[in-house]
Amino acid sequence: MSESSLPAAHQQRSLQQKRIVPPNPEPVIVIDGVTKRFGDFTAVDDVSLTIDRGELFSLLGGSGCGKTTLLRMLAGFETPTKGRILIDGQDMTDVPPYARPVNMMFQSYALFPHMTVEQNIAFGLKQDGMARDAIRARVAEMLDMVELSALGPRKPHQLSGGQRQRVALARALAKRPKVLLLDEPLGALDKKLRERTQLELVNLQCQLGITFVVVTHDQEEAMTMSDRVAIMNQGRILQVDSPHAMYEFPGTRFVAEFFGSINAFEGTIAEDGLTHAVISCPDLDAPVYVNHSVPGYEGSTVWAALRPEKITLSKQPPADPARNVARGVVEDIVYLGGDSTYLVRLESGRRIRVALQNLTRAAEPEVTWDDAVWVSWRPENVVVLTS
Amino acid sequence: MKSVSRSPFLITMLAFGFAFLYLPILLLILYSFNESRLVTVWGGFSVKWYAELFQDAQILGAAKISLTVAAITATLATALGTLAGLVLVRFGRFRGRTLFSGMITAPLVMPEVVTGLSILLLFVALEQLIGWPAGRGVTTITIAHVTFTMAYVAIIVQSRLTQLDGSMEEAAMDLGARPAKAFLLVTLPIIAPALVSGWLLAFTLSLDDLVIASFAAGPDSTTLPMVVFSSVRLGVSPKINALATLLVLGATIIIIGAAWFMHRQDRDRDRAVARAMAEQKDRE
Repeated sequence: MSESSLPAAHQQRSLQQKRIVPPNPEPVIVIDGVTKRFGDFTAVDDVSLTIDRGELFSLLGGSGCGKTTLLRMLAGFETPTKGRILIDGQDMTDVPPYARPVNMMFQSYALFPHMTVEQNIAFGLKQDGMARDAIRARVAEMLDMVELSALGPRKPHQLSGGQRQRVALARALAKRPKVLLLDEPLGALDKKLRERTQLELVNLQCQLGITFVVVTHDQEEAMTMSDRVAIMNQGRILQVDSPHAMYEFPGTRFVAEFFGSINAFEGTIAEDGLTHAVISCPDLDAPVYVNHSVPGYEGSTVWAALRPEKITLSKQPPADPARNVARGVVEDIVYLGGDSTYLVRLESGRRIRVALQNLTRAAEPEVTWDDAVWVSWRPENVVVLTS
Repeated sequence: MKSVSRSPFLITMLAFGFAFLYLPILLLILYSFNESRLVTVWGGFSVKWYAELFQDAQILGAAKISLTVAAITATLATALGTLAGLVLVRFGRFRGRTLFSGMITAPLVMPEVVTGLSILLLFVALEQLIGWPAGRGVTTITIAHVTFTMAYVAIIVQSRLTQLDGSMEEAAMDLGARPAKAFLLVTLPIIAPALVSGWLLAFTLSLDDLVIASFAAGPDSTTLPMVVFSSVRLGVSPKINALATLLVLGATIIIIGAAWFMHRQDRDRDRAVARAMAEQKDRE
């Protein structure tokens, strides 16, 4: 796969490839057939999941998909209607929050307003009955870790948003939990600070080797930070994979659309061989040729999906105009600096998104509004989806 | 400075408004220093009525009873009202919640005469049935006062708890505190200002109450408002003026003190926030 063909934002994924501590494939959290109902509403629907020790795991989904409920069940604030939750080999299903070896960083941070930063961080340690000297040392260590050593005697209302976020993180990590649960940890920060904090969180997680479970609705954030991502919708987990696998090999159209953008064309399998397959899509001029076999039989409905950056755009007809091409007119161009997204209206009336990198400096782009163009793609770049 | 046009009409209305509110009190204070026994005739400056006030055993006794009742009432009402407020906010939609909520707030709108009379009937019936409370006195006044002041505390605590971030207590539990400890260490300190204002409100209401106290009081438990009211019926003594002046003075000191305290807290907070912002900028 060529990294350079991805849009700029996606290149940040290289972050997680530099990890110092490789995740050890030993499960620390086992979620076994967990269902949670609130009255008639099923928030989490028969979810089974294993999270490994030292992993940065993200639960990704839109609002109301059940990701926060799942996280709250890990913390112990909700009890599953059905199923079991094991943390570090022990059944935690009915263990109250104060007796679990996990800590949570709340979306609102939930700092205690009447306590100083130091007292906030020391709170959990005091509950454990730690010696006073040991508490003082640990608090200093935590403040040093989040670079807030000078602000220990402040109250939360005397801090900026970014500083509060760090205090919340330090407080949640002070007890050295086996798992840290983070509920939208960067949701309240502005864009610049969010990008910087993403980096810091990943570095911190690498140093400490603590398992992080992050709930987020932001696919870019999940892509940037995680070792593995679980995409949730309507209380169910649709796919669990590394960001790379999730992006290049999505299992369903929902996942493909939620994790990055995609052009999906409905069609039927015209030819299915061992080494190739041909899909005919009514919205495309020529048949779609794929260089691998596809699931299904001849005549069954599938979707041929293409990531915008894996499509080529040209004014001249491509080398083989008999397959994997379509003709259209440029309807709109979204200029993003490093790259541009072209919205091309095909002859069938369908619109297709094409992302191109702006590799050279030019006064005028080669392809502009209302140009008649050819879009084409390589057979190995087609994702074939059955649902 | 921008000059706001001040019409003579508005200024006159303002003067009338303030005069209507405060002139009677000013007159009352002025005549407490009157030499003359006649309330309406100025006979020269004197503080003798204050001296007499502090020798009047009846008034001093009543003041002591009133303060005792008010303090006990405020404390009990704060405890019970806080519990009621907690139940209303934290227990979700339990069966009978609407009825409970209605019954908590009913004393706010119930005519005092009705509250007083019904509570008197209850005391009498209880005495006949189980022999308690034996006769009426400080205990019965306190019970009566708790029943109606509790409603105010419950409402203050309820509104404070509604604003409180629910994840605060969860965070405490997550960090290892059992529910009761999480409440004591986190929720209680945060809602403490509401409890203080609830206590003060209950104290004031109890100290001020005449109607309900009259129903619940016995022969040996005359409260200050009752003494003032009965002595005014016999003819106003300048002693009462002196007493009222002292009450006004006490209230004024408390209000100014509270305002000063809040102003200082606001100022400290603003300064600290400005400092934190400046340091954050330096760091970036």
